[in-house]
Amino acid sequence: MSSGTSSELVVLRLARPYLKRLIGAGLLAAATEFAGLALMATATWLLMTAAGQPPLDRLTVAIVAVRALAVSRGVLRYTERLAGHDAVLRLVTDVRARIFDTLASRRGNPHPSGDTLSRLVSDVEAVQDLLLRVVVPAVAAGLVCVLAVGLTALVSLPAAFALAAGLVVAAVVLPGLATALTRRAGAELAPLRGALATDAVDLTHGAADLAAFGATSDALATAGQRARRLARLERRLAALGFAVDAAGVLVAGLTAGTVVYVALGTGLDGVLVGVLAVGTLAAVEIALALVGAARQWTGSRAGLDRVAHLLGTDDAGSEVARASSGWHGTTTAEPSLTSPADPPGPERMVDTAPSVRFDGVTVRYRPGAAAALDEIALHVPPGRRVAVVGPSGAGKSTLAAVLTGAVPPTAGRVTLDGRDVSTYPTQELPRLVGGLLAEAYVFHATVRDNMLLGRPGADDDALFSAATAAGLSDWVRAQPDSWDTVVGEEGGQLSGGQRQRLALARALLAAPGMLVLDEPTEGLDPAAADQVLASTLAATPAGHSVLLITHRLSGLAELDEIVVLDAGRVVQRGRHQTLVATPGWYRDQWILQQAAERGYLTVSD
Amino acid sequence: MNRRPFDPRLLRRVPAARRDLALLTLLGVLAAGLVVAQATALAVLLATAFTGQLDRAALVGLLAAVATRSLVVWAQGAVSARAAATVKAALRDDLLGAVSRHGPGWVAGQRAGQLATLTGRGLDALDAYFTGYLPQLVLSVTVPVAVLGRVLFADWSSAVIIAVTLPLIPIFGALLGWQAQAATERQWRRLSLLGGHFLDMVAGLPTLRAFGRARAQTDSVRRMADGHRIATMKTLRIAFLSALVLELVATLSVALVAVPVGIRLLGGGLALQTALLVLLLTPEAYLPLRAAGSRFHASMEGLTALDDALTLCDSAPPAPAGHGSTLPDATGEIRFESVTVTYERTTALRDVTLTIRPGERIAVIGPSGAGKSTLLNLLLGFVKPTTGRVTVGGVDLADADLDGWRQQVAWVPQRAHLFAVSLADNIRLGNRDAAPAALAAAVHLAALDEVVAALPDGLDTLLGERGHGLSSGQRQRVALARAFLRDAPVVLLDEPTARLDTAAEAAVLASTRQLVTGRTALLVAHRPALLTGVDRILRVEDGRVTELTPVPAGERR
Repeated sequence: MSSGTSSELVVLRLARPYLKRLIGAGLLAAATEFAGLALMATATWLLMTAAGQPPLDRLTVAIVAVRALAVSRGVLRYTERLAGHDAVLRLVTDVRARIFDTLASRRGNPHPSGDTLSRLVSDVEAVQDLLLRVVVPAVAAGLVCVLAVGLTALVSLPAAFALAAGLVVAAVVLPGLATALTRRAGAELAPLRGALATDAVDLTHGAADLAAFGATSDALATAGQRARRLARLERRLAALGFAVDAAGVLVAGLTAGTVVYVALGTGLDGVLVGVLAVGTLAAVEIALALVGAARQWTGSRAGLDRVAHLLGTDDAGSEVARASSGWHGTTTAEPSLTSPADPPGPERMVDTAPSVRFDGVTVRYRPGAAAALDEIALHVPPGRRVAVVGPSGAGKSTLAAVLTGAVPPTAGRVTLDGRDVSTYPTQELPRLVGGLLAEAYVFHATVRDNMLLGRPGADDDALFSAATAAGLSDWVRAQPDSWDTVVGEEGGQLSGGQRQRLALARALLAAPGMLVLDEPTEGLDPAAADQVLASTLAATPAGHSVLLITHRLSGLAELDEIVVLDAGRVVQRGRHQTLVATPGWYRDQWILQQAAERGYLTVSD
Repeated sequence: MNRRPFDPRLLRRVPAARRDLALLTLLGVLAAGLVVAQATALAVLLATAFTGQLDRAALVGLLAAVATRSLVVWAQGAVSARAAATVKAALRDDLLGAVSRHGPGWVAGQRAGQLATLTGRGLDALDAYFTGYLPQLVLSVTVPVAVLGRVLFADWSSAVIIAVTLPLIPIFGALLGWQAQAATERQWRRLSLLGGHFLDMVAGLPTLRAFGRARAQTDSVRRMADGHRIATMKTLRIAFLSALVLELVATLSVALVAVPVGIRLLGGGLALQTALLVLLLTPEAYLPLRAAGSRFHASMEGLTALDDALTLCDSAPPAPAGHGSTLPDATGEIRFESVTVTYERTTALRDVTLTIRPGERIAVIGPSGAGKSTLLNLLLGFVKPTTGRVTVGGVDLADADLDGWRQQVAWVPQRAHLFAVSLADNIRLGNRDAAPAALAAAVHLAALDEVVAALPDGLDTLLGERGHGLSSGQRQRVALARAFLRDAPVVLLDEPTARLDTAAEAAVLASTRQLVTGRTALLVAHRPALLTGVDRILRVEDGRVTELTPVPAGERR
């Protein structure tokens, strides 16, 4: 419970800049509800007074009040909803920017997976729900309840006690019960729902496997059984949950009855008894809205916790904190990967390469696990072109990750021109070392914007030569929108090969002093792979270093050095000609691959 | 989206829900009667209280009406939740059943993801529709009718006011709903673009970081999120307008009824009890209509899921696949006779004629997308020839007992799907009762021994969703183990070593060679290493198949 409470506090703290707007929305909501209550109470007063047949002018105020309240309730509701949504959407803008900033400034942490990412979006909505559907209605209901009890106390103290008792049940006890029941239902349903979701994935994504092996009907039966078990559980839990709503109806009627009974007992004027009875029904109805709010709150709890956990760790002095006092900039909201606030730095291309040195670098992803890199010592002088090869899991990609600062070494250090990689600012390091890393992402933006990420401000000539080297320019020219072709979400409009070429072209455009290329020709067929590798190496500016990570050994003859990794250690190094002549992993693989590829080339002639 | 509040296809598709829905209607009628009863009792109670007296009978009546109403509310909730659970379970059965009826060719690609989401969590959105919206929908018919009837009986002039204003709610609701919908549609592209930007940026963070642009993008994220807010507010201003009008109609009607009634009371032309009854009942007439309106929005997601589910179920082809009766003999010849396969936009194979003799090992090469996988899918019965036919031992696969035929085929796909069960059960797919010795042999032949030894519970280790926890090479070997265990005369392999590192490829290659020995094998080859030891090589390019004579490696340069 304590961690949960603090999650809400974290969110409310974020809401501070919009507090005035939120309080305004809360007051408007309270006024709306109160106007509804007052409308019914005044109308009752009007009728019961009229029954005593007083002169008409005694009723004029009430008649005007009834009409005014009728109009104001609608207007108040409209204003309240707009004000509330405006404030909360502003806050959500903030939360998104903060989440992004927090994730962006994390160094070396593993990136969240696809599921976690899509959950992030709904988690942000949990923040919206907390304020709009829980906090604002709860504040409004609370205010109206207090006001109703206070006004009743002016007329009849015993009746006020009866009303207060009813309101406590409606606004505290029942929402508490609803929270407990919803939470229990969630805990009981979650594992079964999760298992059913997995069944669905297996039956659809694995449909071909199931059909080919004649296992479809078994899998269907299992899933069907689970669906029915879930249905039984849902029925049982719902019957329990709706008992709270039933109790709400009962509380409203009982409270009204008690108020009438008590008020009549104290000899209160009949007209006021009527007003109190109708007012009580309306007040309890308003308080019962808290039952819904409580359910909503329980439902969005998990999301809130995740958002709070993400942001809570990064509370002090974030860069966004300065900007969070409200965003007033002009909003030319077109998606772009280059923002006007970009530092001018990376637009210049560096023309020198750093001297790179690995000193006894060891990386263990978990304590006690086998070392991914085991005391690597390596020196790459400026301008040298090095290939890193080895079997899968040898540590090739980890080497690139340590070099680019994405993963901190467990022991040892990596230096560029004698300076530790970890001491470089995150914006500066990619100018010196970077390129095409594992799992390069293609953004839902134009080809141009995707490439300019490498070097903002590059002209079309630079774009064209980088794309040509990566073998992408023919495709770009064939597109009606040329460089402005929008590639779909996660590059979905591109084939795997084009995607790889686009990522490679971006890396070539960036042209850092030391270009790291992690499997640059993955997904291309052998002939295309050889061609792209050759043109890529040719397009790298003279004097720049290259670190090429690859599992294909062809086309490496011109490189200055080849490093063979196995189980995190350097097992062989030297030029291609030397390694081919020396017994070892490299020679074995070379013979194997050559035999295979010559066979292929013969066949495809 | 012009969506009806209730989809009649539901009753056809899930007959079991009919009883609950009928019960819900009955409860709605009962609830309407109780609303009237409660107001009547309260009016009597207050009219007597006006004179300073307590009408005990009215008080008891009020409490009785309230108690019964609370029972009805509980029953409405329980029954609607029961209907929701029944419908969800039935639709899940139907949806997953549709997958098996349509076959894997139908479910492949994007549709698989859509179906998985819909069957899993998507249908849970129906809860809000059934328990929140549907009971209100019933009440929005029964309560106004009951209230109008009662008020007409008590005071016809007030009934006229209610009867005239009541239809304004659905009319204005529809008019403004269209407006809001049009506004949302105008903004839709923009909204989805702006909304998707955040996710795109977060997903691409490692890449942004690699180019030193992660922090610089914070501003862009903020700008886009702010654009999203402004666009959303634009649509909300119109959407909330409908709520404003509906609220005004309802509250103004109370004023319209109360003021004249008060003035008539003043003249002594009306009993207080009647006046109070009219006042208490008037808002009740509007309440369910507005409640249904406001919950309609929240239940949209459920209605969309329902529509998707019913459409998917109804789009089933008339003749379920794989129900032919003739069992092809897998030791016979496999023939493709002038087979053409056309997909929605492309032609995968053009006029392919081909004979595979028993025991032949055939490699298929060609650029990606040329139609290689379609050859295998035809043989598995996943894809039907658009023209021409495929026969096995003289039996046309279109008339064959597909399940029986597939029993004689072992298939190693490009990316085998691994299930969230134990490793052993993954290998025993479709062969649940395989002997432990056979399983162990298959594990050994597929070079999985070391993998099994490294797992915490060996073969009994539970895999995560989609086989999470195994590397691509290991998964491929699990697929090979499946094929070994199947021990079938025909083997189909689809690029079994694609995406594998050389070391992993070597292990898989050795097993693959062993698997095809002594069997009829069709092998789609992505890597040259797979071509050694095959009898014939076919080249597929642009849907056409040509034969190549292999030249052993090293004989030619």
